[in-house]
Amino acid sequence: MNALKEHISFQASALSLRERRNTMLASNIANASTPGYKARDMDFEREMSRQVGESPVSTTKARHLDSLAGTGGDAVQYRQPLNPSLDGNTVELSVEQMEFSENTLRYMTTLTFLNRRISGLMTAIRGE
Amino acid sequence: MSDLKNVFDIAGRSMAAEMVRLNTVASNIANAGARAGSAEEAFRPLRPVFQSVFEGGLRNAERATVDVLKVVELDREPQRVHEPGHPLADEEGFVYVAAVDTNEEMVDMLEASRHYQNNLEVVTTLRTLMMRTVDMGKS
Repeated sequence: MNALKEHISFQASALSLRERRNTMLASNIANASTPGYKARDMDFEREMSRQVGESPVSTTKARHLDSLAGTGGDAVQYRQPLNPSLDGNTVELSVEQMEFSENTLRYMTTLTFLNRRISGLMTAIRGE
Repeated sequence: MSDLKNVFDIAGRSMAAEMVRLNTVASNIANAGARAGSAEEAFRPLRPVFQSVFEGGLRNAERATVDVLKVVELDREPQRVHEPGHPLADEEGFVYVAAVDTNEEMVDMLEASRHYQNNLEVVTTLRTLMMRTVDMGKS
């Protein structure tokens, strides 16, 4: 059973991270006209490597320090605005919409991968 | 105050807030040029005050939406116009015209409707994704 879980767990956690990021981008778009709101976004790559327990710098010995350990590990950051507005709001609709559509596409891609993996498993189970 | 569980809460409340904004714009435009017998009775433009609502009240929460805190009347003095023939004119023949800037209201209306559309687009997109996720493994 564990092998089955491992077979799809990477794509599954990627899918749930994509969903989290989609909600954050939706929050930004929802607050596009709130004075003083600071847009937030997630560094997907960093959060993903944290979740699967991989650091971007490979370690060869057990005593090597994890490169993510000292940085607080928080991949959620405030966005740096390109054109800050006077009311303190840092949501830029063009940026948010682009990020949102890209994230949506990547969600669909991950979902397709997951479906393929599941159908591959089904084929193996049926033995046809 | 209900909690923020998913994108429907986030976008829905934001759309409700934008709707309040559109309604105040409609009231303002409807009252543009309205006359009153005294400065106190004259219509003042309405503005909603938006405030971010964070999940669990924490400022660093990942989910946030927006609520209308209150609707305020702008402190703009109505224009004093000499119209002796007007039935509402005071003893000196002056009426007070509501200080509504129609151009400003139109800009506000366009912005509010764009934000409303954006939120709706987000909901539509994410709903499609959710439906596809529900069908996972069927194909």
